[in-house]
Formats: sequence, C-alpha cells, structure tokens
Amino acid sequence: KLLEINPESYTAWNYRKLAVEHYLNLPDCNPDSIKSVLDDELRVVENALRQNFKSYGAWHHRKWVLSKGNSSIDNELRLLDKFQKADSRNFHAWNYRRFIAESMKRSKQDELKYTEDMIYTNFSNYSAWHNRSVLLSALFEKKAEGFLSKEKVLPEEYEFIHQAIFTDPDDQSGWFYHLWLLDQTVTTDSPLLASSWPGHGSDVLLVGDRRYNGSAFSPFSALHSDSGSFPIVLYFNQPVGGVNSSTVTVECGFNKNEDLLWKPLSASNSQTARVWVAHLKVPSSDLHSTVEVSVGHTKGIISTRGFEYSHPSMLSFKVHVQPMERDSSQVSVAESISLREENFKVYGKQSEESIIDSFDQLIIKNGHETTASNWRFEALAKEIECFRELLSLVDCKIGKLTLARLLKAYDAMSYPFANKLVHSEEVLELYSDLMKLDPTHYQYYKDEHSMVLLQKVTSSKESLIQHCFQYKDSVSSAICGPICLRLNNLSLSRMGAFEKLLWVQMLDLSDNELQSIEGLEAMQLLSCLSLRNNKLRSLTALEPLRKLKLLRVLDISYNQIGDHSIDTTRYLCSSPLSHSVGSESNKDETVTSDVALIENWEAFYIFKDFNLNQLDIVGNTIADEKFKSVLVKIMPKL
Amino acid sequence: MAELAVDKHVKYILAVEKNKDSFESVVMDHLRMNGAYWGLTALDLLGKLDSVNVDEVISWILKCQHESGGFSGNIGHDPHILYTLSAVQVLALFNRLDVLDIDKVATCILSCVLLMKLFAHRWLYESIVSSCTSCFAQVSKLDITGLQNEDGSFSGDMWGEVDTRFSYIAICCLSILCCLDKINVEKAVSYILSCKNLDGGFGCTPGGESHAGQIFCCVGALALTGSLHYVDKDLLGWWLCERQVKSGGLNGRPEKLPDVCYSWWVLSSLIMIDRVHWIDKEKLVKFILDCQDVENGGISDRPDDAVDVYHTYFGVAGLSLLNYPGLKAIDPAYALPVDVVNRIFFSG
Repeated sequence: KLLEINPESYTAWNYRKLAVEHYLNLPDCNPDSIKSVLDDELRVVENALRQNFKSYGAWHHRKWVLSKGNSSIDNELRLLDKFQKADSRNFHAWNYRRFIAESMKRSKQDELKYTEDMIYTNFSNYSAWHNRSVLLSALFEKKAEGFLSKEKVLPEEYEFIHQAIFTDPDDQSGWFYHLWLLDQTVTTDSPLLASSWPGHGSDVLLVGDRRYNGSAFSPFSALHSDSGSFPIVLYFNQPVGGVNSSTVTVECGFNKNEDLLWKPLSASNSQTARVWVAHLKVPSSDLHSTVEVSVGHTKGIISTRGFEYSHPSMLSFKVHVQPMERDSSQVSVAESISLREENFKVYGKQSEESIIDSFDQLIIKNGHETTASNWRFEALAKEIECFRELLSLVDCKIGKLTLARLLKAYDAMSYPFANKLVHSEEVLELYSDLMKLDPTHYQYYKDEHSMVLLQKVTSSKESLIQHCFQYKDSVSSAICGPICLRLNNLSLSRMGAFEKLLWVQMLDLSDNELQSIEGLEAMQLLSCLSLRNNKLRSLTALEPLRKLKLLRVLDISYNQIGDHSIDTTRYLCSSPLSHSVGSESNKDETVTSDVALIENWEAFYIFKDFNLNQLDIVGNTIADEKFKSVLVKIMPKL
Repeated sequence: MAELAVDKHVKYILAVEKNKDSFESVVMDHLRMNGAYWGLTALDLLGKLDSVNVDEVISWILKCQHESGGFSGNIGHDPHILYTLSAVQVLALFNRLDVLDIDKVATCILSCVLLMKLFAHRWLYESIVSSCTSCFAQVSKLDITGLQNEDGSFSGDMWGEVDTRFSYIAICCLSILCCLDKINVEKAVSYILSCKNLDGGFGCTPGGESHAGQIFCCVGALALTGSLHYVDKDLLGWWLCERQVKSGGLNGRPEKLPDVCYSWWVLSSLIMIDRVHWIDKEKLVKFILDCQDVENGGISDRPDDAVDVYHTYFGVAGLSLLNYPGLKAIDPAYALPVDVVNRIFFSG
C-alpha cells in the first residue's frame, strides 16, 4: 500500500526484497509457490510505476525480481510498450528495455527496427535516435552482416535523418544524430600524423644568441635557444597513446634513441594526447648532421578510439648548430623585450623562396587517404547540396550551422592537396549570420569563427607572411631574434590552427578577446608570448603554458585575473583539487608550508615550473604589491 | 529586473526545516538527509548558515549513521550511498568532519562485492528469522569501498543498483574525507567513460541516454580525478549550451521543458569544462529570478509553480555560479562553497 502511494520510499522496497528472500529460502517452497511470490512482486512494481513511472526504486526492484528468473520477454516487452507509448522519452523505460534486450538476447537488428518504428510514429524522439546510434555503433564495431561498409549504411541514415530535420528544423531531436553521422563520414579510423616540427626536409639551425640574424635560414626552422637541446614535436589528427622510443625511433649521430623520453602534451597524468614531444640534446660544438625520425614502424601507437596507427612515416631533417660568438665587442641590447608596435618591422621579402619551401614542409601530406575516401567526399557533397536547398526554403539556425560544419569538413579533407581552404569566406559569413540569428549562443559561434579565421590566415603563404614581423631591439635598433607572428587585434576569442604554428617562437596575441588558451601547449618553441589586453579570468587559465619549457617572456597585462569568484579552469589544471593519482602535484603538497604560498595556491601550482625572466601583470585586479612578492618567491629568476 | 529575495528565502528554508508534520515533509521523509544538504548549503551561500542550531543538526545526522558506516535518509530508514554523501557534505559545511570515524565510513578495501553479498545474505537470513517483527530492519552492512564492483562501477547499497550517480557520490565523498585511494580510481574512471555517449554526454549506465543530471555526475567525477581530458569539451559543450531555450531557462535534454534545477546540473558541467560562455548568462539569471515566490520565499522549477527546498537550493547555487552579487562562490564539482573546499585542501 505504501509503495503504491509513494514508490520513492526505498526502505520499503528493501523490506520486500528481504521478505521475498525469506520465502524463497523456506524448506517447503516449490516452483509454483515461487512463481506466485515473484508474480506478486511484479504486480506491485507495475502498480507503483503507474503512480510514478520515473521511480528508480520501482524499476530496480523489477530488475531484481527478474534476476530470480520469472518473467518472459513478451511479458516485459508488453509492459515496456505500455510505458513507452505513454511517454516515449522515459529514460527509465529505455534503460530497462536495453537491459531486457541484453539479458533475453533480443537481436540488435530487431531493436534497430523498434527505433525505426518509434521514429516513424514521431520524429521528435531523441531517445529513439540515441538508441539507434548506440545500436549502429555496436553493429559497425562487430562488423555484423549488413553493416560491414559504412559507405552503404550512412547514405540511408542521412536520408532518414533528413526527414526529421527538414520536417521541423527547430526540433533538436535530429541535430545530434546528424552530427554523429558527419563524424562517422569524416573521421578516419586509424590516426594520422598531421604535422611536425622540424618539418620533413627542413634545415634546422640552432642559434644560442638572440642577436643572431642569419637570413640564410627560413624563419620556420631557425631556433633561438640557449637551452642546449631542441624539441621534436609530433602533432596527430586525434589523441593517441603509445608513443615511445620503440614506436618512434630517432636516428642521429649525437643522441641515442633509447635515451629519448616522449611526453604527451596533455593535462595532469594523461597518457594520451594529440601532441607529443621529445628533446634532443645538442653538443655545443659546430655541428651539421642529419636526423631521421621513423614514426609507427613498430606497432603500439593507438588512438583513444582504439584504432592502431597504420601508416608508418618518416621525417628527415638536417641540424646545424651555430657556435656562440666569442667576440665581446657586441652591441648592447635592451634588458627586456617589449612587444609594442614600435618594435616591429614587417618581414622582408628577400627570402621568399625559402619561405615557400619551408611552409610546405610544415604539413604532412597523407597521400594514401585520397584514393580510399572518395565515398566520403561524395557523401559530404550530397549533404552540402541538401542543406543549401533547405536554406533556400527556410532561413534556419540548424541549416546554417550544419552547412558551416559540412564546408569546414570538406575543406579539411581536401587540404593540403588543394593548398588552400576554398570555403573559408562562406563559413565565416555563416558564423557571423548565426551570431545575429541566435544571439543566445553568440559566443559559441564566435569561438568557431575565430578558429576558422586562424585556419584561413595560416593556410596560405601570402596571408601568413603578412603576419610575420621582425623584432627591433629598442636600445641597439638591431634586428634580432626569431620572427614574431603577430595575430593581434583580430577579435579572436579562441586560438586554433596549432598544427600550422609549431614553428612559432615569438607570438603576439594582444588586443584580442581570448578567455582561454587551450591548445597552446602544442607550441613548444615559444619563448616570448603576449596575451596583453585579452579576457583571461584566472591564473589557472595559464595551465597550457606550463608545458612550454622555452618560455622566458610573458605578458598577461590588462586581463581580468582576480575579477571573478568562479574559476572555470579550476579543474583543468593540475592541483590537489583534481586528485590525479600519481600526479606531480601530489609530491609538492608537502613542499610548502609557507602561508602566503598556500593562500595563493593557484599562483604556486601554475608558476612553480615556469622559467620566466620577464612577466608583465599590470592591469589585473590581482596584481598588487603583495602578489608581486609572492611571484618573486615562486620564480626567483624573474 | 527582479532581485533575489534573500531574506524571504532564508525564512522559507528555516520554516521547512522546522515543520516536520507537513504533507511535503512526510512524503519526503525518506530523503530528509538530502533536504538538509539542500537547505543548509543554500543558507551558507546566502550567508546565513549561523541561523541553525549546529549541534541539533549534527546529533540528528549521527542518529542516521548505521553500523557499517553508511547513512540513511532519515532515522528508521536503511543506509544508502545517496544519503551518505549528503551527510558528509553537511558535516563539511559545519567544519565538523571530525565527528566521523573516517575509517568506518571508508572501510573494507579488501572485500569484493561478491564476498560481501554472500556474507550479507547469510547474515540477513538469520536476522529475519530472529527479528521478523521489525518493520524496517537495519540490515545493510554497507560502506563505500565495498560498494565498488569488478567493472569499476558503484552500487547504491547492498541491493546492487548501479548508476553513474553513485560513482560521483563515492568519488566526491571519499575525496572530501581525503581517502580517495581506498577505491580503484582507474577502474572507476573507465566505468564512467563506458557511459559516454556519441553526443558527448553521459548516461546512468552504458548505453543510457545523455541527461544533464548524469552529465554533472560524470563530469564532476572526472574533474575530481583529474580526468577531464577524456571529455570532448567542444562536443559536450555544444550539447549543454543547446539546453538554453528561448525563455532563457535550461532543460535537461533535448525537447524538454526548462527547469531551475538544470541551472545547476547544466551550468556546473559547463563551468567544469570551461564552456559556460557559450550560454547567455544574463537570460538565465532572469529566468531563475522569475522562478522565485517573492511573497513567501522559495524557488520553484519554473515561473508560477509551487516552490520546494530542492529548487530553492539549485536556483541559489546556479546564481552563485553566474556571479550573482552577494552570494558566496560555490565549487562546481563538490557542490559546496569554495571556502569549505579550500578549507579541506589548502589549510596547510
């Protein structure tokens, strides 16, 4: 009686279970009496569900009763039918349905048909579309009969989902299913190497002296660093694990392959990442040597989706070490670097040939992909056509958003063979339209817009050169140091295109709208970075910079650090709060008992591994004298 | 724009706490421990935690603790992981975690669930035979580490219901008590990841449809274990930001009605993955404020509906996440005020 009025009274369900067990263990029980006891329970559950068909306790009790072995699959499907017709979105019923299908061995194909029936009854059934995606993935993975080739199955699914989206473009039920279909069309199963630094065929010059300005070497491969080593950066098209000195071998005269330690550039203690790095120690003497990097000739590199890296590749580049000048009558240079307008001079055109060659070296062309994936291009082209048609009839948000995604995917698949991104302008316009059409989600479209803009700027030599500047020392007026890539004042709310920016050593991102620098950890060569006048809200947002071992000059002035009580990157940085078992931060917990440092734990955990000479924090609420003294404690070299 | 009627809400919460004989109170008798957490955390966010009698609350909480260490929803009910977390959270609010015998709550590293169940069933059988007049026999020998299953999932109690809510609860509770190492974290994380869906969200069990409440639990658990890199933040972020409907409120899954409680589940998830800027925060603030009963205090699920302490808490917590002035900051993963969390981890 209690449970039929209030099925949420969980202790009563427990009592019933105890009572049932008591009966089942009585010495004089027989199959008939058992059946009668269990049938009684099923009846109580059904009555309770009528009162509240979302009661966790009731559904679980039914599962528990079934574990004693009583009902038939028809019985249960009949019950489910009643409840699913009453509310087709009842996730308890759908969960129970999956449980029954699994335990009573109902085929996935039969269940697939059920989702089809539900959808034909009412397209607006996200739960049915969700279940369909679960079943299809399982059938693809099992390589079941009739589901062997995505090439054949996906076009049918596209037709099916069009009916939902085109019937009512404002109904979200089909949006996410379509996005999944797009992902299935575009994403290659096995991971690929997208880019690297140094690039294949490049000539790398290592320069210890900031004042060096050799124009013989391309800006993409002259590294100004006094650290005595240089990084090899591998950028994959999806996160992978298993990159180590067995799966990636480096042959060079001055380092032993076994000594190399490959590290994933990811937060905390993750063993997977899109970007991996290892450092080669360089002898200080004059050196000209060839290095050969073989990626994936031994099995072991696996994507997070479980697919093996199956296209072994090789990179080969030459390393030249510039010995330090011993002549002490050098022109003196300013102590600090100031990334202000007056210090920049447009990069000259004299070395344009070397630019062209080395630009192409940045991106790895995966030739084997083009022939195999014609069906992908065809599927995308067809979708693009369908959505253009939809937009000609109805000016709708999902139409514009999907078209933008389709065009981006098409460009990404064609580049680098096409050597330019054909649809960038149209995509940028679509996102601008969406910012007006759907102002609630303005920032989502802005972030997408920023990333497309960056892809556009970095995918042609002509546009990239326009953003390359030389740095003029304020004291000596001499040109010195590496090229500075200036992406300032572009209204960027988010960074991207990292696979094209691995070569950058000086980066000016000032006067933008960045509130996140997610992904920047890939830029391993960065030594100078300006984030002046952006929208960074906390110190923890600087987490990606912890992985930049060559960073010496950082400008985070005029941001919003200290303004906000809610920290949106609190769990995206390594700290005792994100109890990563075995993480580096655990070891340091006992290192400090200094009260000032504990009070400023964010500064401590972020900056303790930095090696900065220069830091600019003025214009942030947090930047008072007390804070400055904390910083100096954490980074004595400042 | 309306304002938050702080004093009215404080009065409402205190009244609910006192009135144990109302229909609402009786119907919710079994989850009073959750109610205590909602009411008291809301009071703390509003700066009025000192309005309650700490000793009374703590003494009642301890009466709900069972021999195994777990807590029940109220006196006379069975222990369950749901109420164990709320009890620990309330004690953390009052900085009285010392009243717990921590090993008791977190014991049983060694026994696996199978062993536990065998033992429990024999014990149960004998217990029933000897005490069959008892209406609500307190029979469960439950404790959190013993509730972890082979596949890394967690059961809610000895009866074996599995749900990612319980994974979050176990991880949150043990990390507050600084003994997360008593469970197999790696397996717990891999079970949660097995519940990740193709839309980027999470369900209660593998294959379960994405739901904002489950997403909060899974994302929260991943946050607390330094595992957020497994989340596709852009994909999930888009799914979450599309919960904001025209009225400015948030729903829990596509094509459903907005509800104030999603101001917590969706919002905290967005904050943990740093995508909260993808919704219109001002519109959400307005929606929450419109759900207030400014006459009698309390917040309801949507404008003009009846209020309850559950929605009052989630409305206030949501406003805190949106930087509403005058409220204490709340931690999105622990669902406790930031100063309470900092006190646990950074007091040196």
